[in-house]
Amino acid sequence: MKRTLLALAASAAVLITAGAASAQEKTKACFIYVGPIGDFGWSYQHHQGALEMQEALGGEEKVELAYLESVPEGADAERALERFARSGCDIIFTTSFGYMDATNSVAGRFPDVKFEHATGFKREHPNVSTYNSKFHEGRYVQGVIAGHMSEAGVAGYIASFPIPEVVMGINAFVLGAQSVNPDFAVKVVWANTWFDPGKEADAAKVLIDQGVDIITQHTDSTAPMQVAAERGIKAFGQASDMIKFGPETQLTSIIDDWGHYYTERVKAVMDGTWEQVDVWEGMAEEHVVMAPYTNMPDDVKAQAEAIEAKIKSGEFDPFTGPINKQDGTQWLADGEVAEEGELLGLNFYVEGVDDTLPQ
Amino acid sequence: MGMTEAILLTIATAATPLLLAAIGELVVERSGVLNLGVEGMMLMGAVVAFGTALTTGNAWLGIAAGAIAGAVFSLLFGFLALTLVTNQVATGLALTLLGIGLSGMIGEAFVGQPGVKLGAISIPVLSDIPLVGRLLFGQDPMFYISLALTGGVMWFLFRTRAGLTLRSVGDSHSSAHALGIKVIAIRYMAVMFGGACAGLAGAQLSLVYTTQWIENMTAGRGWIALALVVFASWRPWRVLAGAYLFGAITIAQLHIQATNLRDLADWPAPLFWIAEAVKSIPSQFLSSLPYLATIVVLVLISRNRRLTMMNTPASLGRPFVPDR
Repeated sequence: MKRTLLALAASAAVLITAGAASAQEKTKACFIYVGPIGDFGWSYQHHQGALEMQEALGGEEKVELAYLESVPEGADAERALERFARSGCDIIFTTSFGYMDATNSVAGRFPDVKFEHATGFKREHPNVSTYNSKFHEGRYVQGVIAGHMSEAGVAGYIASFPIPEVVMGINAFVLGAQSVNPDFAVKVVWANTWFDPGKEADAAKVLIDQGVDIITQHTDSTAPMQVAAERGIKAFGQASDMIKFGPETQLTSIIDDWGHYYTERVKAVMDGTWEQVDVWEGMAEEHVVMAPYTNMPDDVKAQAEAIEAKIKSGEFDPFTGPINKQDGTQWLADGEVAEEGELLGLNFYVEGVDDTLPQ
Repeated sequence: MGMTEAILLTIATAATPLLLAAIGELVVERSGVLNLGVEGMMLMGAVVAFGTALTTGNAWLGIAAGAIAGAVFSLLFGFLALTLVTNQVATGLALTLLGIGLSGMIGEAFVGQPGVKLGAISIPVLSDIPLVGRLLFGQDPMFYISLALTGGVMWFLFRTRAGLTLRSVGDSHSSAHALGIKVIAIRYMAVMFGGACAGLAGAQLSLVYTTQWIENMTAGRGWIALALVVFASWRPWRVLAGAYLFGAITIAQLHIQATNLRDLADWPAPLFWIAEAVKSIPSQFLSSLPYLATIVVLVLISRNRRLTMMNTPASLGRPFVPDR
């Protein structure tokens, strides 16, 4: 009963259509978000990307924007998608991993509508594309900075769920930090939630009490940044620029910038050139953008900029051998670069991570 | 600041919102009303407190506004459930849903803005006492308010005539009515008190715990508060114990995760083995420990049915229409 009520409330209350659908030449772009657009994290950044796309392609005159917030992953998502497809959407972006099966199932029934699914890997119909970002490139840069900035040589990592994307981030961070300080240690705390400001703050306090002097997070709220600011240590932001919450605390932040991609894809629909793609882009394509390097000495900033430039130019990949697995067995030989497919299913730590990966 | 002290302080901050919301709901349920809208009222309190503190620059005004917002919002429940005699469970759930949506709408402009923090107090000398100094004399005001409220509720319910009246309304509204007690009026006041407490709990979340507003930031704490009331079998001191037990287990599991076995290498062998065994427990299980502990205690205390029946307000959740 509660679930039905929630779903009804969600679908009735939050369907917002910008501008009336009048002209035929308008392109209708639709977005499905897993959280509220006010989360200042994942869904917020997707929505910013959508707005940027609308602006770039000529505003409300040209692009009609529609979105649904807080759509539960699962059966409800399929209903929401189907309604979008019937309501004249030309292209539908489904912005969470859990919409994967619903996206493919609805796409099969609406071959004329284009579907774009974020962070997934299934493309069962020619009208389904997938897109993702290489957040781990940013994590490596953060690791390098942490290696330089941490006096204790220990950073705290607030993690959400043991899925490949998060594991990849921890590995990249540790590799980056240990490229500077081979003895660098990371304390990992699994919050087992994407979003619980209170619990994230608790985790940050616990880590600081245990002696870390840099905090990084893979959960979505700004709470850890604020705790770090209160306790006078440094921290990295997540998903959006959190400098306002720690003007003297934030070293940098990994910003998810979906605007370019959304603009490119909706434009392709307008031009009639849309084709199925599987996109996994990183810093080079500016899908992953580093917030300004702040609160660090100039030489550290220079090092961070140098490694960022190397990753951007393709000269360096964070997952380049020699890299051993946590148990000491070899993963990548000297000079060998990890395959994308393997990274997307990554379920083990590299050597040097001081934690047991929950399975 | 020593590790033990730091841990205790963190536990106190984590337990305070639960205690505030639960002690309010306890009074509501003692008067025979079941209000499942705690989560919604907390969110309303959190957003109004945050917005008031942000615009006025005064955290105390924020706290007051949060309590008022919670109380006013609970009036909606009161009007529906007490005056119009709607189903209390459904009305409470609706209040939560409305609170989630409405607070999100009100708070849209506050997202991504650092707020005003209600700082900790500091009494010279006293707060410098090792171990307990900061804990007893150097915390944020909400900590003291929550304890004072608990003590106040205890005294009110069991030491005053008005408290006896409120409990009698919760145990048998018909008898109370026959004695000329204004059942509905008393229940309205209890519901508003519960709303104000939930509002305070929300204000603590957005002004002390984390100084920010994010949609749905209570993340289920209202439901935990509701469970705590049953867990405590409607006794104030047990609510206090329950809230701190819950907070302690939450923080302890985070500490267990963050501790590396290597750092404990100098521990004596038996202790080290225990630590090793605890560390091998998956974090998902550790995260669910506070909830598991609540369930286990619930099972234990409800084994004695007679005792449970004695503590439960007999009219809990039953609608009351004076002339029927």
